[in-house]
Amino acid sequence: MSNQVAILGVGMHPWGKWGRNFVEYGVHAIKAALADAGLDWKQVEFVAGGDTIRNGYPGYVSGATFAKAMGWTGIPVASTYAACATGAQAMEVARTRILAGMCEVAVVVGADTTPKGFLAPSKGDRVLDPDWLRFRLLGATNPTYFGLYARRRMDLYGATEQDFAHIKVKNSRHGATNPNARYKKVFTEEEVLASAMVADPLRLFEICATSDGGAAVVLSSLDFARRHSTDPVRIAAISTVTPTFPDTYMDMPNFSTDSAAGIAAPDRSFKDSISHAAYEEAGIGPEDLSLAEVYDLSSALELDWYENIGLCKPGEAERLLRDGDTAIGGRIPVNASGGLGCFGEAVPAQAIAQVCELVWQIRGQAGDRQVAGAKAGITANQGLFGHGSSVICIK
Amino acid sequence: MAKQRVPALEGWFTMDEQNPRLVGLKDSESGTYFFPKDVSVSRAPGHADAALEEVELSNTGKLWSYTTNHYKPPEPYMSPDPFEPYTVAAVELTDERMVVLGQLAPNVDPASLEVGMEMQLVLGTLYEDDENEYVVWKWKPAAA
Repeated sequence: MSNQVAILGVGMHPWGKWGRNFVEYGVHAIKAALADAGLDWKQVEFVAGGDTIRNGYPGYVSGATFAKAMGWTGIPVASTYAACATGAQAMEVARTRILAGMCEVAVVVGADTTPKGFLAPSKGDRVLDPDWLRFRLLGATNPTYFGLYARRRMDLYGATEQDFAHIKVKNSRHGATNPNARYKKVFTEEEVLASAMVADPLRLFEICATSDGGAAVVLSSLDFARRHSTDPVRIAAISTVTPTFPDTYMDMPNFSTDSAAGIAAPDRSFKDSISHAAYEEAGIGPEDLSLAEVYDLSSALELDWYENIGLCKPGEAERLLRDGDTAIGGRIPVNASGGLGCFGEAVPAQAIAQVCELVWQIRGQAGDRQVAGAKAGITANQGLFGHGSSVICIK
Repeated sequence: MAKQRVPALEGWFTMDEQNPRLVGLKDSESGTYFFPKDVSVSRAPGHADAALEEVELSNTGKLWSYTTNHYKPPEPYMSPDPFEPYTVAAVELTDERMVVLGQLAPNVDPASLEVGMEMQLVLGTLYEDDENEYVVWKWKPAAA
């Protein structure tokens, strides 16, 4: 009970690609979340912003940017960046302030937009920059890493091209009626398998896009919630753990892993540890879940996540998929929202959007993509450079 | 007539064409290795005061995974013109128990690869100019 906070409101700007000011998307999400909570902006006592690093200075001070955009009220803010885990870390900042008794109501917001013109790396040789070197020496693009993980599933566990295409198809069916999804087309396996090969074995339609988007939540103490709301969805856990040395997983954008020659690798991999910490804090296990939202940067990666969040043992994810367990209507729907396959990624907003989906599902407000009887859900994600991200929401 | 072969990056690997080695750092206190050498102190927790010495690393290992890229990456990747798909391999070094990425050596068919197979470090050309061939480490299946 002690670490719980209430989610009084959630709001999103639809995902898409317009190149407008990211502040506009975030403000739209904040207004929607406040309306959902039945609260006024002037009642908010803290803003935790998730930064965007593609939009110059205002993006680096997102807390203040959004507080100013909504109208300065003198409240304190925080601005957070943790790559894809930004939204979870921002929620954690707000939650700890509420739990410390220093505020009762907080807004958490993240938004991103497509920068104008091409994102070209700056010219010049940067031999001290690992991110420059991985392109120069190896051509290790982001899809390269996704390809490595997918190939490993094929050789170790018998995953097939059809399995990877099936994930895309499943998620496209889920997202087809989601008003906030960018891509609402329902795919067939044939269409996915006919798309161009990018990083073998992954094809174009199996790798997520980059999108504009904005999401926000209004968090409050349980005490405030009791006075202002009937039965809000609660956050039962937030995990923002980092790896334990040695981390032996070949993670983007690195050249190499830690060495396990001196100190033994921990019992639990970093990815497994992310949701584990959340389950421990919430006092529930994967068997208690009604649904999960995981980071399908590639469709194959969703299979890794089934194992990482303990839905099954290593090597069994394909069986879960093939049995239909993770489709809406199955035992444990994954990415009922449609996932990144239907949204594309808006980095600072994405972890918040995952939580929005859980809230709508647990409230029974998910419309055609409703998971029957949803009462507990987990989000899972990982940010570059060692950022864990997992939130558990309960009825 | 033959161009000189020079490392594309100094100090990361030895230029021994028969038996090239990656060059890393070792913290003998914890027994941990680092590659590349871009650490100022040992990253084994509690060992930040340990001495770091330069060492040559294993040049064999087990294939962790591999993938062939079909899209030309942006600069600073030095792409042949026209672009040719290329394969990246991840190999877990035998002694150091760390996975290291590298391109697959030329004339190796990616279809012959399988996770778990033994691989061996070789030197290969990354790019050329009028004077030099710039080489980098690459992986190929260990000699049968």
